[in-house]
Amino acid sequence: MNHRLLRSAVVLATACFALPALADGQGIVLKGGTVHTGTGTKIDNGVVVLGTDGKILSVGTTVPTGAYKVVDCTGKVVTAGFVDYATQLGVVEVSLEKSTRDGDGGGDDVRAAFRVSDGFNPNSAVIPIQRTGGITSAVVAPSGGFVKGQSAWIDLHGPGAFARVAKAPVAMHVGLGQGTMGSRGATVLALRELYDDVAFYAKNRKKFDVGQSRKLAASRLDLEALSLTVGGTVPVVFHVDRASDIRTALQLAKELNLRPIIHGGAEAWMVKGELAAGKVPVVLDSMANLPQSFDALGTREDNAAVLAAAGVPVVLSVFDTHNARNVRQMAGNAVRGGMDWNAALAAVTTNPAAAAGMADYGTLEKGKIANVVVWSGDPFELSTHVDAMYIGSVEVSLANRQSALFKKYRKLPRRGAPAKYDEIDTDMPE
Amino acid sequence: MKKPVVVGLALLLAACGTPASNKKDKDPVPNDFRMSPQAGTPPLNFAPTSLAPERVLLRGGTVMPASGPALENGWVLMEEGRILEVGSGAKEAPEGFTVVDTTGKFVTPGVIDTHSHLGVYPSPWAEAHSDGNEIVGPTTPDVRAEHGLWPQDPGFERALAGGVTTQQVIPGSANLIGGRGITIKSHPAISSRAMQFPGAPYGLKMACGENPKRVYGSKGGPGTRMGNMAVWRAKWAKAVEYKKKIEDYEKEFIRWDRGTRDATKEPTPPGRDIGLETMVAVLNDEILVHVHCYRADEMLQVLQLADEFGFRVRSFHHAVEAYKIRDVLAEWNVSVSTWADWWGFKMEAHDAVVENAALVSDAGGRAIIHSDSPIGIQRLNQEAAKVYFAALEGGLELTEEEVLRWITLNPAWALGVHEQTGSLEAGKMADVVVWSAHPFSVYARAEMVFVDGVREFDQAAPSRWSDFEVYQLPGQEVGQ
Repeated sequence: MNHRLLRSAVVLATACFALPALADGQGIVLKGGTVHTGTGTKIDNGVVVLGTDGKILSVGTTVPTGAYKVVDCTGKVVTAGFVDYATQLGVVEVSLEKSTRDGDGGGDDVRAAFRVSDGFNPNSAVIPIQRTGGITSAVVAPSGGFVKGQSAWIDLHGPGAFARVAKAPVAMHVGLGQGTMGSRGATVLALRELYDDVAFYAKNRKKFDVGQSRKLAASRLDLEALSLTVGGTVPVVFHVDRASDIRTALQLAKELNLRPIIHGGAEAWMVKGELAAGKVPVVLDSMANLPQSFDALGTREDNAAVLAAAGVPVVLSVFDTHNARNVRQMAGNAVRGGMDWNAALAAVTTNPAAAAGMADYGTLEKGKIANVVVWSGDPFELSTHVDAMYIGSVEVSLANRQSALFKKYRKLPRRGAPAKYDEIDTDMPE
Repeated sequence: MKKPVVVGLALLLAACGTPASNKKDKDPVPNDFRMSPQAGTPPLNFAPTSLAPERVLLRGGTVMPASGPALENGWVLMEEGRILEVGSGAKEAPEGFTVVDTTGKFVTPGVIDTHSHLGVYPSPWAEAHSDGNEIVGPTTPDVRAEHGLWPQDPGFERALAGGVTTQQVIPGSANLIGGRGITIKSHPAISSRAMQFPGAPYGLKMACGENPKRVYGSKGGPGTRMGNMAVWRAKWAKAVEYKKKIEDYEKEFIRWDRGTRDATKEPTPPGRDIGLETMVAVLNDEILVHVHCYRADEMLQVLQLADEFGFRVRSFHHAVEAYKIRDVLAEWNVSVSTWADWWGFKMEAHDAVVENAALVSDAGGRAIIHSDSPIGIQRLNQEAAKVYFAALEGGLELTEEEVLRWITLNPAWALGVHEQTGSLEAGKMADVVVWSAHPFSVYARAEMVFVDGVREFDQAAPSRWSDFEVYQLPGQEVGQ
């Protein structure tokens, strides 16, 4: 499902936001680096050209003529920007402070019409901190409830702000498993009932509006939101770990005509055949190797490696909003656990973009959105840092609240006393 | 302030339960009232595991001893659970020693974690196994982590596979005084006592800030930071009082013992108070204090509290704002157990910087990377590395040797076992890790982990020791 199709199909429901125009109107040439395109190609001494329209003009070995800002990337590594598919960036500032949380639809078990994008704060100070890990985009997902609501795709740069919503909704999020509705069977039943009412409502909308309908399992807006998932226009992200629950999710998806994505997937390796056959993306944590719940007794650290080798589109996430920056460490640990390096790169770039229906993202190819990271070395290595980052061809600052605090306290002006106010660096949003 | 007492020398691989205080012969005071860390320890051998330390020569590769610079083409010789010698260059194995070729590999001391909840919050999460916080009152110095520790937690063997040879398991941070922590070694065992690090002092877990006030705000208090401090002061005042009672009794007893020994006039000992006994042991520098505390201003308040009542803080845990008072912490010789980059989950964790530990080091303080996590404990090398490289990028000058100490010798000091472990030096416990690559690489793996000279982990034949993981899933038959 590509971007444009989505737009025409569900104009009302799906908002796609245009890229901000470049201020200085000059394209950028990243020259001399080792370029990993994300399509399996590695170009030594490569050249990536970022156009003024925020898209990639070309990827190759030739430096174009014309007025470009040329950046020497010799000895560096160039990749597409990294993505964390499971965050609450912009809807949570301080996890334990309710007054700073907007990621939970609250109230009912079914909040299908809840959109995190409605409460998104593009100036959350949590956002620029993630750039230091090479994150240029993220999926912001709702939490809580059984049908949790709709996620959004954000870019970590926006006009006059730290970020912008690039697309919403990205997916519908549904919790399966024991805890959601009291028992597994009850959860499945509730979902079947919901989709039965989605169909009923579609057929009996007029009657419903004049009060001549039976009672429905969810509100009108919830049913309308869910209707977007029928046929797969908007995928359904099932939050599940146990192998049997993953099978249930796949079966429900077939039965209800949904496009499934597995989120969690601790035991996904046990279902690799089915997942690979359906090309079902699995969003997982590559450091998980403990049976931390009874749903995850089969957790193993080569989960990502096994799935990728079987042809399952693996997506790696930190599952921690404040440290989404560590997605590269997640990738490094996946490789440590046996995953192919290129597969790990795909798991933090191409695969999350594809799972989110963001076909313009995730690789370095002509015409793709110019979200590009220049690394000092192997992006997964702990000794590597981000040298430069471009989002929609704009070089973004890597400064953030933490780097500002570090600067402020780099020298202690007085013994045990706070630093003086005039030493504070204020980093305003671009 | 007094220097804390490091209790005894470890009795090599010996059973726990040998009372540290053997003064009974020359000292007439009944032993129960010697508030030693081992007071009340049953005089039984609770170590059913028979350990078989190898005679090994690890030869070749890079030896990073943590006590000094790395040795290229280095070697480590160990026997009977101890390191015999560490060196570099050509080395022939003495007779009867197995040679392990570590060419191309990296050899470090065993990793040490000051902050683990393995066993008290084990995997899998189960209400029935949630034994880390005694939430019945804000001060519970009478409880001990060892009594909640489930040795079958699969987390122990995973931690071992991550290179961890020693860890302190402590109660959680719901309570202002949470109880005793226990320092254990990574040997599979049937009881917490059997895992206990021989001769290691106990820890006392305290917690300040948001957690106690959140937990007790609706349970009669404390409900504010003011209340936290008030409850602490009241409790420590009681401990000081109890200490005086004991000392008065001891003096009286000695006077009586040397005098008439008139049976009708034998002094009556004060009634036992298990919780206060632990606190008195802290006042006597026999138990080491570990305080969960995030904010700089609160750490300073805790130091004030310690000063008021006469105890020392051995380590602040989490301490995300340690960098703001690193000069004070260095001067007071309080170690800082912190994460690489956890932050943002609550207000008191809002001002984190990744360079925190590095700044503490830079100021001459004792920095430690701790885990507080069954996942993090498996990758403390990676966590230390993240801080190291961020700090280098930020312009700090640090050596690899110092960074390695954050997860070895410094935590050993915080746990009071730095004379027994934490570095590769002759005479120390043979707690040694062989890494597949430089331990600061994300791709590095612990290939072999020796604990007291016992090869407890070998990647070539990893053992599963947890009973929990026996045949939970198809294909997990014993022996597979």
